[in-house]
Amino acid sequence: MKIEFQVNGKAVNVDIAPTARLTALLRDVLDLKGTKVGCDAGDCGACSVIVDGAICCGCLVAVGQLDGAKVTTIEGLGNTAAGARLADAFLRHGAAQCGICTPAMMVSAAVLLDQSARPSRRDVEGALGGVLCRCTGYRKIVDAVLDASADDENSAPALTPQRRAAVGHRLARLDGLAKVNGTEVFGADYVPDGAALVRVVRSPHAHARFTIGDLRAFKGDHSGIEVILTAADIPGHNLHGVIAPFADQPVLAETVARFVGEAIAIIAGAPNCVTGLDLSAFPVTWEPLEPLQSPAAACDDQAPRLHAGRPGNILVEGHVERGDITRGFAEAAHIVEGKFTTPYVEHAYIEPEAGYARRIGERIEVHACTQAPHMDREALALILGVETEAVRVVPSACGGGFGSKIDLTLEPFIALAAWHLDRPAYIVFTRGESMRASTKRHPSEICARVGCDASGRVTAMDFDGVFNTGAYASWGPTVANRVPIHACGPYFIPHYRAHSQAVHTNGPTAGAFRGFGVPQAAIAQESLFHDLAETLGMDQLEFRLTNALDNQQPTVTGQVFAEGVGIKACLEALRPAWRRESAAAREHGHVADGSTTRRGIGIGTCWYGCGNTSLSNPSTIRIGLTATGQIVLHQGATDIGQGSTTVISQIVADALGIGIEALDLVGSDTDLTPDAGKTSASRQTVVSGTAALRAGEALRGMILRQGNAGSDAEITLANGTLSLCEDGIARVIELANLETNPHGYVLEAEETYDPPTTPLDDRGQGQPYSVYGYGAQIAVVSVDMLLGTVKLERLIAAHDVGRAINPLLVEGQIQGGIAQGIGLALMEEYIPGKTENLHDYLIPTFGDVPEIESIIVEVPDPRGPRGAKGLGEHVLIPTAPAILNAIRDATGARIRQVPATPARVRAAIEEAWEND
Amino acid sequence: MDPTRLPDIDQSYARPRSIGEALSLLATGDWTVLAGGTDFFPGLRDRPVTAPILDVTAIDGLRGIRCDGAYWRIGALTCWSDIIAADLPPAFQALQQAAREVGSVQIQNRATVAGNLCNASPAADGVPPLMALDAKVVVTSQAGSRQLAVDAFVLGNRKTALAPGEIVTEILVPKSTSRGISSFVKLGARRYMVISIAMAAARIATDAQGCITAAAISVGACSAVARRLRGLEDRLIGQPATPATLALATAGDVAGLSPIDDSRAPAAYRLGAAAELVRRALSGCLPDLTPVLSADTPSEESGR
Ligand SMILES: Cc1cc2nc3c(=O)[nH]c(=O)nc-3n(C[C@H](O)[C@H](O)[C@H](O)COP(=O)(O)OP(=O)(O)OC[C@H]3O[C@@H](n4cnc5c(N)ncnc54)[C@H](O)[C@@H]3O)c2cc1C
Ligand code: FES
Ligand code: FES
Repeated sequence: MKIEFQVNGKAVNVDIAPTARLTALLRDVLDLKGTKVGCDAGDCGACSVIVDGAICCGCLVAVGQLDGAKVTTIEGLGNTAAGARLADAFLRHGAAQCGICTPAMMVSAAVLLDQSARPSRRDVEGALGGVLCRCTGYRKIVDAVLDASADDENSAPALTPQRRAAVGHRLARLDGLAKVNGTEVFGADYVPDGAALVRVVRSPHAHARFTIGDLRAFKGDHSGIEVILTAADIPGHNLHGVIAPFADQPVLAETVARFVGEAIAIIAGAPNCVTGLDLSAFPVTWEPLEPLQSPAAACDDQAPRLHAGRPGNILVEGHVERGDITRGFAEAAHIVEGKFTTPYVEHAYIEPEAGYARRIGERIEVHACTQAPHMDREALALILGVETEAVRVVPSACGGGFGSKIDLTLEPFIALAAWHLDRPAYIVFTRGESMRASTKRHPSEICARVGCDASGRVTAMDFDGVFNTGAYASWGPTVANRVPIHACGPYFIPHYRAHSQAVHTNGPTAGAFRGFGVPQAAIAQESLFHDLAETLGMDQLEFRLTNALDNQQPTVTGQVFAEGVGIKACLEALRPAWRRESAAAREHGHVADGSTTRRGIGIGTCWYGCGNTSLSNPSTIRIGLTATGQIVLHQGATDIGQGSTTVISQIVADALGIGIEALDLVGSDTDLTPDAGKTSASRQTVVSGTAALRAGEALRGMILRQGNAGSDAEITLANGTLSLCEDGIARVIELANLETNPHGYVLEAEETYDPPTTPLDDRGQGQPYSVYGYGAQIAVVSVDMLLGTVKLERLIAAHDVGRAINPLLVEGQIQGGIAQGIGLALMEEYIPGKTENLHDYLIPTFGDVPEIESIIVEVPDPRGPRGAKGLGEHVLIPTAPAILNAIRDATGARIRQVPATPARVRAAIEEAWEND
Repeated sequence: MDPTRLPDIDQSYARPRSIGEALSLLATGDWTVLAGGTDFFPGLRDRPVTAPILDVTAIDGLRGIRCDGAYWRIGALTCWSDIIAADLPPAFQALQQAAREVGSVQIQNRATVAGNLCNASPAADGVPPLMALDAKVVVTSQAGSRQLAVDAFVLGNRKTALAPGEIVTEILVPKSTSRGISSFVKLGARRYMVISIAMAAARIATDAQGCITAAAISVGACSAVARRLRGLEDRLIGQPATPATLALATAGDVAGLSPIDDSRAPAAYRLGAAAELVRRALSGCLPDLTPVLSADTPSEESGR
């Protein structure tokens, strides 16, 4: 059908199926890729566009409905004054992290600004409430929109930092512009011409044996299918896993599928045919097997083994023991205990997995949204049966990862298809597919017991955690190892025993998700600490200060830090807010005042080791100087929105002593950037940052030596020449006379840093991390006693980051982490088969994240670059326990199972009343 | 430009301009009606559209709200944003409050009131307020029109009384039942874009002495189709419209509902919440008492 309408003021005349979605028309036909697709169902709002003045979801508009309409997209917004103001404000406020939601936020905000000159905070929340953001926690977006609406010109312009002062500067992210003007290229935003589309046939069963039928007939019946690949067609090993010794996951299952959504075959061919294929007609016979539903069922003696060599379906057990807990509990005056349960939690990044691959001779190139390009490269080489050097992985912009985009998902499929077809192949997961195929946060069942003496000193803690690691290993070993080290929280506990198990079931594979099991453990530990303080009648903050770990005190693994332990500083920083909010809560709430709501406050804390647990995890950074005086920073740390590109550049600029604008950035690309490890475990600032600092210092040394200059000489790069200035005398260095190395540089520094750790012994004693970061948060809630609904009034977060390389990005991490912590506490529960979409799987919206007060604490750590510690995961750990403790404070109800849905809170309130 | 990435589909689609044209098409084939698409597209999941589509969005004269002799008339293409923006008497407050709670602005701008009824979800936010207004659904085919009460139109989960060849053309609210003031309260697990765990609408009219002369109360998401609480309504008649009256709404009044257990909440919780929501909806009908849960209750900050 012919359809005529306008996009961004230009007439469009297309012949297209009238029921195609507007998003497909914009993206695939008109090549306007700024409008994103996160769900195709109205739930995420990433596809927001303006149709005849009204904001709507492009994925819900049939193009037949457009006849004569005027459509405005992010691409059209750039030319307007409001668009420019919004773009500027979003940049300055750090309102875009990964940027996948940003075009929709801006377009929605533009409609609001058009209708109301001075909107209120509530108006902004209402107008943008239909767009989900998983990274920012929304507050900075609201700030940016309010700022853009302000007619006064007092909004501070983004300043470029002074030389040698990039570290500590609230620098807008260096990769921000493309995010706010909609030109950023995410996984689905570039497809080479003529590429084949890949689709994946997946198991509808949690556990089933299968036999594949007549593929030739199926192919014959569907013109357009060019190739169907099954396990038998994999040239190398049909096996992968993020931790090599535990690799157990087939790319395509061979005879048995172990979870709903496991891939058994891929189909590639002409996009217009493959896209509409009914995959339920794929020739396969299923013989359903009894699925292992829970760790308890899996540990049963009679239970079938999911993997050879893992008796009891136990993947890994972790153990840390210090002192003598029998003695510790004997010394206790008060003991509390509890059993805590957490569900599968979905990462719910707004960008479903997408990318393309192409074969170039005997090499394969994969362009996809990944957090771990070098790991992908090695894994893909094994799968394809080629040398590592034959694989190039170029991460696209990543629309949120939070741990899940470390594991392979789409990469092998597009690589295999492109390899077989010798032509580019691409894939874009649907939302449902993304949720079924990707890893999750481990569900946990934790039993813990804590005792303290009469003065409030914790004497002993005992902890047993069972983590459902799902069908395959993924990061299960990491969770099992990290949890016992961290389950004590940032406290000194003389007698301690913690044991963890990662157990296989036929559930979704559980992997890395911001915190590797520590957020689950913190719920148990902080809840019990709250209950202990309550039993003692001791102030919650003072109780934690009494027990907080200090310099020179051994951790539960016996590690002693001479400096840099920052939990006390965080708690002290919270004290004014704690006093203020305690008083306010007493006034509002604990007495019946006719209202049905009660106010309460609670504390949660965290500590978190940065980098891999007791394992080598080096990062390498290269910086080169060209003959024309350009300084090129090769940094392979993928920036998934958290800001590593910016932070590492800040460190390098100061180390070199040049302005940050003088750096040319070469982004992550396994052909161009040395391995900076994966973006996880809060390691990029600390580990890659240290490598960057050393590389910067090394190159500075080389440059100074060229001119025999002293260490204080100033390096100036201008118009292709480099000069050194010392004592008022400038000297030009003739770069053109220097020899160029194979990388094209006349001078080059490459430095590797691997944080020093030691393995843990059988009692879990050793030095698992070189640096820990610390934090503490206060939640203020109002609970509706009759309906059980929890409204967050405010969160106050104090995080010790050692040194805030970029305070703007630090705040962004804090707010975004808190939003995910809110989801964990109150609404998120992934149930396979039931909540496989963003309609039923709820993540916080604009209205669910309250005002957040961030307090940045800086207790420098000598082992971090410029004193910095990691932060990415720390930020979500304290939130859920703080909220649960606040609910307890408000209502007397103890929530032991998250999410604390209205029904669960109400039931806990009733139980508390019965026990009264 | 790469149209080859779109699915090849051979499919019929019509977007008639007049109701007559639409009805004659409907008489001839098995069409799926498409309005705002906010239920239609998500319902496809990942499948392409294959059914013949009758897109009603271009039909003249079906969008908007007007008032004639006996009725307020809501055209079938009226979207939730139109309801929010309309100047309506206080008896429609519940419907307007519900409109603000439907999804997000993006959804409200496309989703139609009629589509909400036709989709027949037990959690449709539009149903309880329309029930509390004694609204009639006008169903039209080439053979003519018939009027059905909301509970005679929505028959069950995803079931309506629409016969082949029929579409909804209008929703009528009798002037006689658009007296008084109404209020809507929704309970969900997050702030925006959330399907109701339960919701209630109430409408109350009073005489000069402040005594209740008419009461209409309905509860949604606690049975396959939202239900009126006739017993409670009867008991309220003649009572003074005061906070004390609210205590008349008890667990017994909702005991006849049949909520289900699902991932949003267990049935028992829904029942308990329903009684409380009814009290809050009622309190929202009393002057000077704003319902606690109504999300867009103007705050000092909000200009709305
Ligand atoms: C993200 C999101 C959030 C949502 N939140 C809510 C919410 O909070 N509360 C809520 O109640 N709903 C919600 N919905 C559901 C939806 O928006 C409403 O039910 C909407 O009112 C349906 O109207 P529509 O015009 O979009 O219908 P369509 O999707 O076009 O059609 C829906 C059904 O009705 C039929 N139909 C439509 N119009 C007619 C007609 N005139 N005659 C005959 N049949 C017709 C169609 O054939 C179809 O079966 C949400 C939807 C989304 C996507
Ligand atoms: S893609 Fe349209 S709302 Fe998610
Ligand atoms: S910045 Fe909003 S989803 Fe990533």
